[in-house]
Amino acid sequence: MALSALNSDSNFTNFDQADGETMSDAQTAQTASSAAAARIADAAHTGPMLAADGTPLKKSLNRALRVQKMRALALIAPLLIFVLVTFIAPIADMLFRSVENDIVSETLPRTTTMLSGWGEKGTDIPGEPVFEALYQDMFVAQEAKLHTRLGSRLNYELTGASSLFRKSGRKVQDMGEVYQDQFEDLDGFWKKGENWNSFMASDAWLAAMDGWKKANGPQPRFELRDGIAQTLPATADIYVKYADFIQNVDKANLSKKDPWALVYSSLYRDLSGENGLSSYTGPAAAELAAAATAASTFETVNYTDAFKKIDRDWHKLDIWQTIKVYSPKFTSGYFLNAIDMQKSVDGAEMRPENEQIYGLLFWRTMVMSLTITLSCILLGYPVAWILANLPARTANLLLILVLLPFWTSLLVRTSAWKVMLQQQGVINDTLVWLGIVATDDRLALINNSTGTVIAMTHILLPFMILPMYSVMQTIQPTYLRAAKSLGATNWTAFWRVYFPQSMPGIGAGSILVFILAIGYYITPAIVGGTEGTFISNRIAYHISSSLNWGLGAALGAILLAAVLLLYYAYDKIVGIDNVKLG
Amino acid sequence: MVALTPISRTEPAFYIPVVAAFGAFFGIFIGTGQGSLLLGVLGGAILTALAAYVLVKIIKNERAGRWLLTALFAVGGFALASIPGLLIGTFFGWFFGFLIFWLYEGRYRAKIPPYLTPSQVFWHFTFRTICGAIFVFLITPILVVMPLSFNAQDFFTFTPEMLRFDPAGYSLKHYRDFFTNDAWQDAMKNSLQIAPVATLLSVTFGTLAAIGLSQPHVPFRRAIMAILISPMIVPLIISAAGMYFFYSRIGLQGTYIGVVLAHAALGIPFVIITVTATLVGFDNSLTRAAANMGANPVTTFFRVQMPLILPGVISGGLFAFITSFDEVVVVLFVGSAGQKTLPWQMFIGLREQISPTILAVATILVGISICLLTVVEMLRRRSERMRGMSPS
Repeated sequence: MALSALNSDSNFTNFDQADGETMSDAQTAQTASSAAAARIADAAHTGPMLAADGTPLKKSLNRALRVQKMRALALIAPLLIFVLVTFIAPIADMLFRSVENDIVSETLPRTTTMLSGWGEKGTDIPGEPVFEALYQDMFVAQEAKLHTRLGSRLNYELTGASSLFRKSGRKVQDMGEVYQDQFEDLDGFWKKGENWNSFMASDAWLAAMDGWKKANGPQPRFELRDGIAQTLPATADIYVKYADFIQNVDKANLSKKDPWALVYSSLYRDLSGENGLSSYTGPAAAELAAAATAASTFETVNYTDAFKKIDRDWHKLDIWQTIKVYSPKFTSGYFLNAIDMQKSVDGAEMRPENEQIYGLLFWRTMVMSLTITLSCILLGYPVAWILANLPARTANLLLILVLLPFWTSLLVRTSAWKVMLQQQGVINDTLVWLGIVATDDRLALINNSTGTVIAMTHILLPFMILPMYSVMQTIQPTYLRAAKSLGATNWTAFWRVYFPQSMPGIGAGSILVFILAIGYYITPAIVGGTEGTFISNRIAYHISSSLNWGLGAALGAILLAAVLLLYYAYDKIVGIDNVKLG
Repeated sequence: MVALTPISRTEPAFYIPVVAAFGAFFGIFIGTGQGSLLLGVLGGAILTALAAYVLVKIIKNERAGRWLLTALFAVGGFALASIPGLLIGTFFGWFFGFLIFWLYEGRYRAKIPPYLTPSQVFWHFTFRTICGAIFVFLITPILVVMPLSFNAQDFFTFTPEMLRFDPAGYSLKHYRDFFTNDAWQDAMKNSLQIAPVATLLSVTFGTLAAIGLSQPHVPFRRAIMAILISPMIVPLIISAAGMYFFYSRIGLQGTYIGVVLAHAALGIPFVIITVTATLVGFDNSLTRAAANMGANPVTTFFRVQMPLILPGVISGGLFAFITSFDEVVVVLFVGSAGQKTLPWQMFIGLREQISPTILAVATILVGISICLLTVVEMLRRRSERMRGMSPS
């Protein structure tokens, strides 16, 4: 009903044919319906116009329009949600990954906090507290095997970071053992995990653990004893981490495990520094008091020196600057890397000349895509012209020659080109047989940019021909004849009359081919070798081989931005709705 | 164009030099092939000029002359390069026989407008030759893989036996390999398990959405359209990267469902575009008429709307199918070894250059695409016919 009402040719008598929903309304007001029909005629002269059910016409129309909009949206909604989840969300995730960087602050939480006070632009390496924080973070990280991950992350920014972290992770365990040994020598009490639990854990947890067996299901969650966090702050902090790790990552029985060396060094720190022991009266108070007195005579560890002993690199500025620069949760570092820059303490700067590869790669992708687009125009224009100007029957036959490659699998065409272009391939063999090139002087057509351009021109040519053809079909041949009869030469008639009219086809085809070309991956990977590859091959490399996902995502985001820009242009010139296939 | 131009026989001063020029051109290849360029050019020119003169002036009978020339060239070719030479010679003999009489009788003028100057006539044929060359460029790679797939050797090139048309040079072993090798068969099975399901998903959702989109009042139509078309516009490598990241977050990476969902998303734009295009010509008064006669929306959809838009839906489905069936980048990232599809297997084969089984597979796939092309073309014609009949 509403639909016909909105069409200009409808008249008001149509309102009697109500659609389902309005009908039910009409039925409730059935008694008034005949009166309403009479009112329509009256209303035209007196008040607001009324629909069949007595509501004002405007309101009725609006409601019908709303119902229609909702119905259209309801039809679209499933697909829209589907595409949003399966396609748009992944793209958003990729964009997120290109700036996400919480690995540093998550793996080294204490170090990054301590580092905030360190002047990265100075010439001094951070002080002992930072090294102690690093020791604690590294200890926890190496137990969870996270230090290597962080090492490879930082290695993207600073070569050598990966081995530095791997090496330090192995040796950091020994560092705290000095304290562990001294505590254990002092009193056998400190050797046992259960003794530690007796004063670190709450009574409720201890009671729960007492009756727990593996068969009972998951271990009761560790609870800290009330007040111990005030008494021994550093120890409590580390102990919670330790307990959590043993219970949830190691899946071991916490009461049967002996604590990490890190726990001992934290205890030493508490005992020799500020603590609330004087007012502590809980379990193991005596042992703690004894340890506190003995601690003043303990042999101590200098973490600064200890890390230097592991690797001299810890006493260099680079690694600390890198950690500091990359400690925020989000970073522009991947994007800077993607455009051959790097993040340093002084902000963004260009990479050294010999490390700049992405600018070249983007440039090469652009140049090769342009070359491919141009060769597609050159080869596609005559074909589209002849298709548009031949009799329909012949044109349809020839169109098959264009459509067959279009429908043939991309891999088939790429393998065909590999066969054709090889050193011992069909083209070279033919040329040798004809005597045009010598056997030992075969043309290098594959594994370089020539191969990529030839193969991709062939693969994308149908995408150029089809839009050109559809535009040229609409150009009247009489225009050309008219131009000629007015005295234009062949060339003038073509250039001043035909060519301008065929421009939309060239534009549509070029943008389409260019968009497809700059994102190509398979063909360059197979026929491109090293110098004929595109930026997409680099993205694939970072995602599947170097595992530098952030950089891959940043490169992808830049490529995506370029494509969307072109897509916008395409939409302006051709319109998305006018995309035609086949 | 009908033959409007009156034609007449041409002078020897015209056709003999033209034929000689062709002869010289082809002589280049034979000359270089035999070692002497100059000899080839001169020999070709003289030989063909002579042939033209003899055929026109002495034999006069067109049919007999052309047979004779073909036979002579075939024998000459055989003498130079045995069987391949025989074939090429036969072709040249036929071609020159045709060329001589085509020029001599003036037939070349018959189908082009009478007012063209000789240089325009020359350009007309040059242009056609250029177009012909481009068509050859388009189709040759696809044709070349077919004979090569019957290679008896494990080479990606024509062996001397093949060129001699020795039956020993040909075999079906690559096809046999394709049908017996587990890796290929698994890949085939995976492809056939993924593509139809992905197609079904994209066709079902896509058709509904296309119907919704073609209603007269859709809020945010452009934005919705842009989102739905985006899988076609975004470069595959970016889609693949994003899906790899996201699907591994939600545990779909390396699963059958993950690949199916990814492929369905890629196929959707094609369904949307083809079905929307079909719906442009759809007469909405038909659904209103159905409703008027008491059909509910579901009945109306299946009995009235669906039969009319079916060609568009099917060709959209075929596009979606071929997208999934051909797709390699996304499956490479989203899938794991368990979802290795046919294109993936081919990609591995091409990178590691294992065997010409790839060419056998390629030939089979070309066969499939010819079938699909035929179906789509038939559907398009049917759709055009129906649209011509339906009131607009």
